[in-house]
Amino acid sequence: MSSFWRDNLPKLGQMFASIAIFLAVLSVIFFIAGKANGKKQRPIAIFVFLGPALLLLLFGLLGPAVRTLLLSFKGSASHSWVGFSNYTWLFTDESERIVLRNTVFWILFTPIVTTGLGLLLAVLLDRMRRESIAKSLIFMPMAISFVGASITWAFVYKYANPNQPQVGLMSSVARHLGFEPTNWLLTQPLNTFLLMVIFIWSQTGFAMVILSAAIKNVPTDVVEASALDGATGWRLFRGITFPMVRSTFIVVLATMVVATLKLFDIVRAATGGNFGTSVLANEMYSETFIRYDAGRGAAMAIVLFVLVLPVLFYNIFNLSRERTIA
Amino acid sequence: MSLLTRNKAPKLADHNAGRQLFGSRWATITVWIIAVVWTIPSLGLFATSFRPKADISANGWWNLFVHPHFTMGNYSAIFSTSTVSGIPNGILPYVINSFVITIPAVIFPITIATMAAYCLAWVKFRGSDAVFYGIFALQIVPIQLALVPLLNLFTTGVHIGHYTLVPGLHIAGKFLGIWVPHTMFALPLAIYLLHNFISSLPRELMEAANVDGASHFVVFRRIVLPLSIPAIAAFTIFQFLWVWNDLLVALTFTGGTEGIDPLNNKLAGLAGTWGSHWELLTSSTFITILVPLAVFFSLQRYFVRGLLAGSVK
Repeated sequence: MSSFWRDNLPKLGQMFASIAIFLAVLSVIFFIAGKANGKKQRPIAIFVFLGPALLLLLFGLLGPAVRTLLLSFKGSASHSWVGFSNYTWLFTDESERIVLRNTVFWILFTPIVTTGLGLLLAVLLDRMRRESIAKSLIFMPMAISFVGASITWAFVYKYANPNQPQVGLMSSVARHLGFEPTNWLLTQPLNTFLLMVIFIWSQTGFAMVILSAAIKNVPTDVVEASALDGATGWRLFRGITFPMVRSTFIVVLATMVVATLKLFDIVRAATGGNFGTSVLANEMYSETFIRYDAGRGAAMAIVLFVLVLPVLFYNIFNLSRERTIA
Repeated sequence: MSLLTRNKAPKLADHNAGRQLFGSRWATITVWIIAVVWTIPSLGLFATSFRPKADISANGWWNLFVHPHFTMGNYSAIFSTSTVSGIPNGILPYVINSFVITIPAVIFPITIATMAAYCLAWVKFRGSDAVFYGIFALQIVPIQLALVPLLNLFTTGVHIGHYTLVPGLHIAGKFLGIWVPHTMFALPLAIYLLHNFISSLPRELMEAANVDGASHFVVFRRIVLPLSIPAIAAFTIFQFLWVWNDLLVALTFTGGTEGIDPLNNKLAGLAGTWGSHWELLTSSTFITILVPLAVFFSLQRYFVRGLLAGSVK
């Protein structure tokens, strides 16, 4: 016991000390900078408030992004320039083609299913009795890490040989329905879709909560007026509810596209990217840190970024429009 | 309409598109079916973590509810401070690591982001809008893009030719080496969300304080910080869940240093090495889930309010 605390107590001490130092340094800077007056006051305030964030972003995101772009044109050990060969390899290699195919599958299906299901639930839940209990149950998986989710779902997808008892829910259900289950996670391309189910399970709650808030913001008088005009059910939804939440729907959809592209943990924890389930973000990690080919890894990161660019342009377009209206 | 029925407001549901679409009863049934289906996987994990090892491989977890046979042995095993299936001290050190990593990695970015958001919203200068758009755009940059160069910065520094721009910081494999990347990666979203909230604070309040001669630092501490609590709480949930559940950043920046590995990473590793120890894996996973769930449910009421300020009209 004592050796345990000898190892672990200093870590907690380090944490509290770091937080205390951080806050103390900030207070001192605030105190000193607050003394300034006259013309210097504004520039000093801007420097103190914005400086730390800009410095961290420069070294944490902007600089590294530029360096990754350069690395993607270099060889495995980053010594020599190799032109576009990392990119041509990525788009011509036989096994990488499966990775790209899977990534496309993920982008095509998961964001729209997750957001659509979230919208359906948000609409159905609205003004239901015990709404918050149902919401909490559906939202709960969002708090579970993708690693935890993959382990959780192992008890759904687990498979045992025909002469043994099936302890996986899906295998057991299949056997009760009268056909012999297969090893789900080894069956291509079914396994990729089974991993998508884990993502959808995890993220639908988030989409639902945001869309539900948007639906509650639709003014009641608008809904009531169109109801008086005889709009019901599907027409009410298509004519009033959906147009009013469309912008939120698209924001959630865009968030899901980005989350899907960055997805790494589910594949890593469930199959390790084996059996034809790998995606770009996972392969990028393997190239860089397992096969030590920084050039190829960087090229994959750049391709990921290019895939996200349309979402970025769309978001900026929307943001600037919103700001000019407001 | 009499006051009495207004107070009960039972008839509102009649004008709801979704509930009419399916009929009120079918809507309710559909929701509850989905809610139950959504809960089944977690229930399976929870049930398995209380079953003896022999039972887990003998039959499915649902048998626990037919023939109840509980044990707390799995939990006492993973929390024992003697060696558990190859791990000295059980999982407790990793739980501590997770807290030590997560708490500062939430406090640092929120503080820095609130400062930046206040500046961009209320201390405007030429080009401040461009800076805001730039930060907004950085949200989309996949962190995969930044991992290797950032790791190089920590180990060897930044050099242009033979000229050293930044010396090696030597913080890889230390807690600081995880706090810093998490802080960096959190800033774009944090600044964007907090800016939405802070810029919607009443203008009169800020102007009154300026007339009184309060400096920006006083305004920030006395007015902006207390009023921004809902947005700060909402982002706290987000950042806590993200850091606690993160695999990629920790995997990259701990560099396999045993002493600082967070629980989630250990779990990912154990899924391989403990492949046959489902009783330990499930109970450890449940512990990992418990903390973010507690954080979420305690701050839940701020979540939507803080997140959507100024964005949903």
